[in-house]
Amino acid sequence: MSFFGMTKILLTSLFRRPATRLYPFEVRAPYPATRGSIGITVEKCILCGICMKKCPAMAIQVDKPSRRWAIDRLRCVACNYCVDVCPTKCLTMKPEYAAPTVTRDTEPFTIPPPAPKPAAG
Amino acid sequence: MSKRTIIPFGPQHPVLPEPIHLDLIVEDEKVVEAVPSIGFIHRGLEKLVDKRDFLDYVFVAERICGICSFTHGMSYCIAVEEVMNLPVPERALALRTFWAEIGRIHSHLLWLGLMADAFGFESLFMHTWRLREKVLDIYEETTGGRVIFNVCKPGGIRRDVTDEKMRDYAKVLNDLEPEIREINNVFMNDKTVHHRMCGVGVLSAADALKLGCVGPVLRATGVAQDMRHLNYAWYSQVNWKPATRTAGDCQARCEVRIDEIYQAIDIVRQIAGKMPAGEIACKVPGTPNGEYFVRTEQPRGEAVYYIKANGARNLVRFRIRTPTFANIPALVKALQGCDLADVPVLALTIDPCISCTER
Amino acid sequence: MRENQTTETVTPADLVGKVREFADANWRLVQICVTRLPEGFELNYTFDKEYAFRNLRLSIPVEVPVLPSVSGVYWNAFLYENEMHDLFGITFEGLVLDFKGTLYKTAKPFAFNEIPVACAAKSAPANPAAPAAG
Ligand code: SF4
Ligand code: SF4
Repeated sequence: MSFFGMTKILLTSLFRRPATRLYPFEVRAPYPATRGSIGITVEKCILCGICMKKCPAMAIQVDKPSRRWAIDRLRCVACNYCVDVCPTKCLTMKPEYAAPTVTRDTEPFTIPPPAPKPAAG
Repeated sequence: MSKRTIIPFGPQHPVLPEPIHLDLIVEDEKVVEAVPSIGFIHRGLEKLVDKRDFLDYVFVAERICGICSFTHGMSYCIAVEEVMNLPVPERALALRTFWAEIGRIHSHLLWLGLMADAFGFESLFMHTWRLREKVLDIYEETTGGRVIFNVCKPGGIRRDVTDEKMRDYAKVLNDLEPEIREINNVFMNDKTVHHRMCGVGVLSAADALKLGCVGPVLRATGVAQDMRHLNYAWYSQVNWKPATRTAGDCQARCEVRIDEIYQAIDIVRQIAGKMPAGEIACKVPGTPNGEYFVRTEQPRGEAVYYIKANGARNLVRFRIRTPTFANIPALVKALQGCDLADVPVLALTIDPCISCTER
Repeated sequence: MRENQTTETVTPADLVGKVREFADANWRLVQICVTRLPEGFELNYTFDKEYAFRNLRLSIPVEVPVLPSVSGVYWNAFLYENEMHDLFGITFEGLVLDFKGTLYKTAKPFAFNEIPVACAAKSAPANPAAPAAG
């Protein structure tokens, strides 16, 4: 039976640096592997829609006629599945989290038409 | 002549922010009967297999719980692999075992913190959770997530960890061990802690088995039953034996969990020392056809996963029996005859995870 | 490592007697679950003793989903049986603690009592809504 085990821990922590960060002033750098938010390289997307079909949270909308690729960041659960299945590897998982928001809307991207093939015949 | 009064406990209670409700029938200060009710947040995730391809369902399976999420995802994958007879590479199995054990450390530290909070020892609670952060950091660095990991898939895993990194993590845990010991010393030896936990909610081994208890609740009564003995993942390659106590009271359950933390650290050390080389995933050809029951040991105890498939892309049935579901009857029995003031402590020692019970 | 799992089929009439045999031999009730198949309900009663795994299976028709309760033998079965009642609509006779459909407060009664998509897809392969094979 002892009372003093805890006293020792408390005394040492009195003289130690705080275990937490002063958050808004000091931000920890994310780990490279952190699943933060989805980024897209619009030039490489072929609008195949596989990411939309596979996304478990139904966060992606792909509309071929209007060449629009959109993501609902609040739906996205950052599972990395779309990055794995995209055939052209145009999606990336960025380690930074998406910015906080007060409205629920999708973030649209316009996919540029494919560059015309040089020496088209 | 004492009068019977019914006191409602939960679904929102300061010590237990989980939606379980107990009707406590008390006579003076003694609880004579308790009637549990759950189902406040039932999500019907089992039925979601109808909407998801069996390969995608693993993301749902992992989200059943926010604490043992890794084991949930892994067990679903094991079930699919067993039905399909997939040759899962050894490296994937070793890493799964590593993550599962890290999960055990973090879950038990979380529980110890909550326990300290339940009997009003705030500083102990804070210090326990301070140590847990380092474990969560290992998760974030290896899987990309702190709560939901998404690293298991049927056939293997989705991210590799290098052998050097594995040795680093073993070292991080090695350095953490003396600090954890220092904190656990308080749980093991402090008079104020003993005062709240010794002799409270005693269950005998025979009762525990009859009530279908699992996990630390069962092992605290002296029954050395641990589903890791079924040698799923890589448990056949590491040395360990179930932690047990014989008293069957709250303190015994606490000590079993403390022992399991050290044991998990030791298992991680062993894995880091002999990581097998090779692939991390195998191909998944075709669709599953068959059925299988998988039993795995989560931090809270045995969980049962049942899969039935008929060759379609969707499973016919996916069923999970979570450890808390099996421990609720024991909680109800243990509550009979205890003091009203001990109810929160007693309810917490089964490590209730109602959210995974409400899958 | 694959476990050795044995499954025996029982009839609803023998169920309680069979379960009592397990209880007398100190088996632990691991779980009870039910699967909705096109032809009826399939129930699995699972028992464990020192890592040995045994399973009792029985089928009942959808039209008369009534079974005797085993909660008199294994008291903890009351949770499983209430769960099966609330999600699938199976009635258990002689429950020691009957929640009368209030264990799970689902928006739709007996929410799981639908033929699984996988079985529906099998019986009607021409269904365009069925997920593509392969
Ligand atoms: S992001 Fe990739 S998967 Fe999605 S539509 Fe574009 S190319 Fe296809
Ligand atoms: S990361 Fe997952 S949830 Fe997010 S958009 Fe991709 S597939 Fe959907």
